Amino acid sequence: MMIEKKVKIINKAGLHTRPAATIVKMASKYKCDFFINRDGMSINGKSIIGVMTLAAEMGSELTLVFDGEDEQQAAEEIVSYFERGFDEL
Amino acid sequence: MKSFKEIISKSKNKIPGIAAAPGIVIGKSYLFTKEKIEISKAPITDIEEAIKNFNEAIAQSKKELHKIFQIAKEKMDETRAAIFEAHLMILDDPVLLNTIIERIKKEKVQPEFIVADEISKYQELMIISNESYMKERAQDIEDIKNRIIRNLQKKRLHSKIENEVIVVSESLTPADTLLFSKHSALGFVTDHGGLTSHAAIISRSLNIPAVVGTHNATQIIKDGSIIIVDGFHGYVFYEPTEEQIRFYSEKQKRLYELQKGLEEYKEKDAITSDGKKISVEANVDVSGEIDIVISSGANGIGLYRSEQLLDELGEFPNEEEQTTIYSKLASRMYPLICTIRAFDIGGDKFRFQDYKEPNPFLGLRGIRFLLENEALFRTQIRAILRASKHKNIRFMLPMISTLDEIWKSKKIIEECKKELRKEKIEFDNKIKIGIMIEVPSAAVMAKELASEVDFFSIGTNDLIQYLMAVDRGNDLVADLYQEFSPVVVRTIHHIVEGAREFNTPVSLCGEMAADTLAIPLLVGLGLDSLSMSPATILYAKRIINSFSYKKAKAMAEECLTFKTQQEIEERIKKFFEENKIIRTRNII
Repeated sequence: MMIEKKVKIINKAGLHTRPAATIVKMASKYKCDFFINRDGMSINGKSIIGVMTLAAEMGSELTLVFDGEDEQQAAEEIVSYFERGFDEL
Repeated sequence: MKSFKEIISKSKNKIPGIAAAPGIVIGKSYLFTKEKIEISKAPITDIEEAIKNFNEAIAQSKKELHKIFQIAKEKMDETRAAIFEAHLMILDDPVLLNTIIERIKKEKVQPEFIVADEISKYQELMIISNESYMKERAQDIEDIKNRIIRNLQKKRLHSKIENEVIVVSESLTPADTLLFSKHSALGFVTDHGGLTSHAAIISRSLNIPAVVGTHNATQIIKDGSIIIVDGFHGYVFYEPTEEQIRFYSEKQKRLYELQKGLEEYKEKDAITSDGKKISVEANVDVSGEIDIVISSGANGIGLYRSEQLLDELGEFPNEEEQTTIYSKLASRMYPLICTIRAFDIGGDKFRFQDYKEPNPFLGLRGIRFLLENEALFRTQIRAILRASKHKNIRFMLPMISTLDEIWKSKKIIEECKKELRKEKIEFDNKIKIGIMIEVPSAAVMAKELASEVDFFSIGTNDLIQYLMAVDRGNDLVADLYQEFSPVVVRTIHHIVEGAREFNTPVSLCGEMAADTLAIPLLVGLGLDSLSMSPATILYAKRIINSFSYKKAKAMAEECLTFKTQQEIEERIKKFFEENKIIRTRNII
């Protein structure tokens, strides 16, 4: 099994350092692999330095991929964080 | 035997420099070339060792960043603080760390190369993005990359240094100087730097001969060759002749005998022939020096530069760590007095400072920095109070330029005392609070400031620089830095006069106190104590014991009427002749 979810950046500041850190912290709690895909690039979502290379401004679209035993819970928490605009709306 | 003049005049193999720390040493040179973030791709054989070093460098970087993060949280808005948190997370990044370790195993080259290469890949990804904030982000990452590499290189350096060599380098940071002294360095020679550079100050206090400001010693001296360092006159001899070696070995022997002759002053106080006692105290840079201070015959510590702890530890020690350090200092020195100066640093010490000061010497320094970073200041005050229970600690504030700074500081100290009382922690309720007089405005207001504090300490290095508006490290204008300028002599006189109105004792802790020529003048001007590097204490005691206060006072009064530095210097030299005082540098 594997979960793939398309998400859109909806907050004004985009995927800046604070949400990047939060996403990595969330992902690190889970056993499943977590990747963020964008424009053919695949970034390990548990790597802060990797996530920081994503210049994702407002409006950009990313694909989140979860793969592993607790993928369901991980996907729920992280997708919801994107949908809430990183709590910056 | 040939005279020093003959030896000097005919030798073509001498490199002149500034005599920064007295002494003579003949030994093997070690050319220390700073690899300015020059990254070595050298192959390694011991992979386990390399990985261990890498892990330790990460741990050390984490420790450093954590401290900065703590301060950042207090000082900055959340977004900036979040950047530091992200940096800390990078040091835990499993993907990054594993990739680096795997590559060390596979490629078998210096970890620093792999760290640089791996992190640069991410930076490139950031830079190719068109967003300007991504370029900034790449810059932020640069900082963390350099931090790891620096810590790795430190480890590599440690394993490379030989013991008992004369270190020859372009310049030396305080940390370098300490590191080498731990490897029992015999002497220091540098291309850059002056008498007041940190390397010079530290080598003086550690009693290691040094010649600085040679301009090109690193280009002339070959690594591993035998050289002679004359820290009295400021000369380095490369490829020395047999005659030179014989001459200097003889001098070393005489120096040794002379120092033995000084031994008697260890137990003696510095008292003028007509009975005025001058307290001769030690300037201390590093905790390791305490043994030297105790064996130097000092009457106490006149200046403990607590900011040196940052160089030693690479970070701000917390309250517990500071309490331990200061308590140890106080109990080792007991019953002698220890004067601890609050962290004397500028804002440029911190990377998180967004604003780069165009003129740090006129900027957020000393007490200004401490009042601006109150939490840090409080931590130090609490630690000093906690260490003061044996009542032999005095606390000194640096860079005071207004009364207001004293009032604010005293208020904070009182608040800290109140807290400790509440916590039922023992401390010296009457701890003496003093100030450095090193800014002209403080000198002018000496009387008013004296009414507010328990003691003064004149910091001549900065005072002269500010009085003459001259940077001593700047070769173009260094001539204007004149210890014996009438301006300096009259200013010291004015400070002493102001202090006298309130019976506030005045000490002097600049490099001037260690200049044997200045001692009779300073005593004559009415200073109560002189604080200097431990190595010069016995010399100073010997000089003070060889003249009368009355004569010195008359000489000082005469000097107050002179218009030029030359007249003053001539008068002092005459004083030495009249009183048959021998200056050590003339013997050697």
